[in-house]
Amino acid sequence: MGAKMVDFGGWDMPVEYTGVIDEHRAVRQRVGLFDVSHMGEIEVRGPQALDLVQHVTVNDASKLKLGQAQYSALLYEPGGFVDDILVHKVADDHYFLCVNASNQDKDYEHIAANNRFDTTVENAGPRYAQLAVQGPLATGVVKKLTASDLDAVKRYHFVDGAVLGSPARIARTGYTGEDGWEIYVAPEHAERLWHEILAAGDDAGILACGLGARNTLRLESAMPLYGHEIHASITPWEAGLDWIVKLDKDDFLGRDALLKQKEQGITRKLIGFEMKGRGIARDGYEIQVSGVGSGWVTSGGVIPGVPAPALNRNIGMCFLPLHLAEPGHAIEVSVRGRGVEAVTIPMPFYKRAR
Amino acid sequence: MYPDNYRYTKEHEWVHVENGIGTIGITDHAQHELGDIVYVEVPKVGTHVEQGKSFAVVESVKAASEIYAPVSGEIVEANEALTATPELLNSDAHVAGWIAKIKLSVPEEVDRLLSPTDYQAYLGEG
Repeated sequence: MGAKMVDFGGWDMPVEYTGVIDEHRAVRQRVGLFDVSHMGEIEVRGPQALDLVQHVTVNDASKLKLGQAQYSALLYEPGGFVDDILVHKVADDHYFLCVNASNQDKDYEHIAANNRFDTTVENAGPRYAQLAVQGPLATGVVKKLTASDLDAVKRYHFVDGAVLGSPARIARTGYTGEDGWEIYVAPEHAERLWHEILAAGDDAGILACGLGARNTLRLESAMPLYGHEIHASITPWEAGLDWIVKLDKDDFLGRDALLKQKEQGITRKLIGFEMKGRGIARDGYEIQVSGVGSGWVTSGGVIPGVPAPALNRNIGMCFLPLHLAEPGHAIEVSVRGRGVEAVTIPMPFYKRAR
Repeated sequence: MYPDNYRYTKEHEWVHVENGIGTIGITDHAQHELGDIVYVEVPKVGTHVEQGKSFAVVESVKAASEIYAPVSGEIVEANEALTATPELLNSDAHVAGWIAKIKLSVPEEVDRLLSPTDYQAYLGEG
């Protein structure tokens, strides 16, 4: 395939195939294929499966219908993130969680440790590979390979069917800001499907995409990445993820801490920024305001302009004190000891036309 | 691919010396490994650099990389074209994508660099 590989939490992962810029543009304008088999899966089964999911997640899983998926999060008691996850309702007594690769074991242990319900928890990562087909032409490509009625599957819903004869969970979800599909299959079918999807997408201009484009696409869409925008010392209020927290459902892990922080008010918040001077903001760089260290970059980089040859955008996300965490503030990003001018701007940086 | 009259480092820089002035850049292998290059921080004219020390920064869509001086000396010219068109490093790393020119202070340093044959053999081992 000619991919450049890197070690990512113990997985050999492709960073890029034809190049991050081409791959990013392919997903925004046409379609791209990602091998995201490193993502973790956890199965929750039993009569009280919903009770356990409700206890460990912040969103309201009781609102899910069969075949529906929901973005949610696992929190520690003090309100920080264990992980962000996708919850899929497979049956009344069966929920399927997609979690971050590097957090798989931690998440499993966290959920299992809080399982005081009539429910089993399975660390199911080894049983699943995942291929993501993303972009405005993704549905047409996947349709060629399955008999399932994809038009009947709305955004954040899924269908259990088959892709080229292999049993598959076909979910209309993604991490790119585009329409698209995440296909869960048994690992032994993944390589064949990878090649078949590329072949089926050939006339649509499909490109194989690596982790590099996955990161620029999610950054442009301001989707959080564990370890960057969210981690154990960040709460959903601070990360701007208020919309996934349902305080009015029954008690859940972290709820008391979130209620308390809501009363007291947060002191820092995630905000976007755009570089004005020359320099690229990278994860961990300090933000200065009027010469005073005020925050830090969580993710940053150059986002390819779409369509070519539109100019690239030099942007990022950062944590700043609450009074500065709104658009229009002049800040400086410390790039190798040099203050580079930037300005805070709203997130997301990209929103697809619907 | 790798010009005969250039010398190379294991850190994937090249230098082409003419009349005591070394033109320096990164190799085609390096640009390929870095991927799409979107930013180059070129050194200031008049700066003294030492062999093996960082003198420029090249950033790709993926990451920032320090570029090490293959020879010691004083920067006499920087390729300002890279400011507006950093992608020159991808399209033409060995000619149009040169980064800086250095007036060599220790000319014999060049003798210890890799020949094109040795550099390509080194790449082959990797």
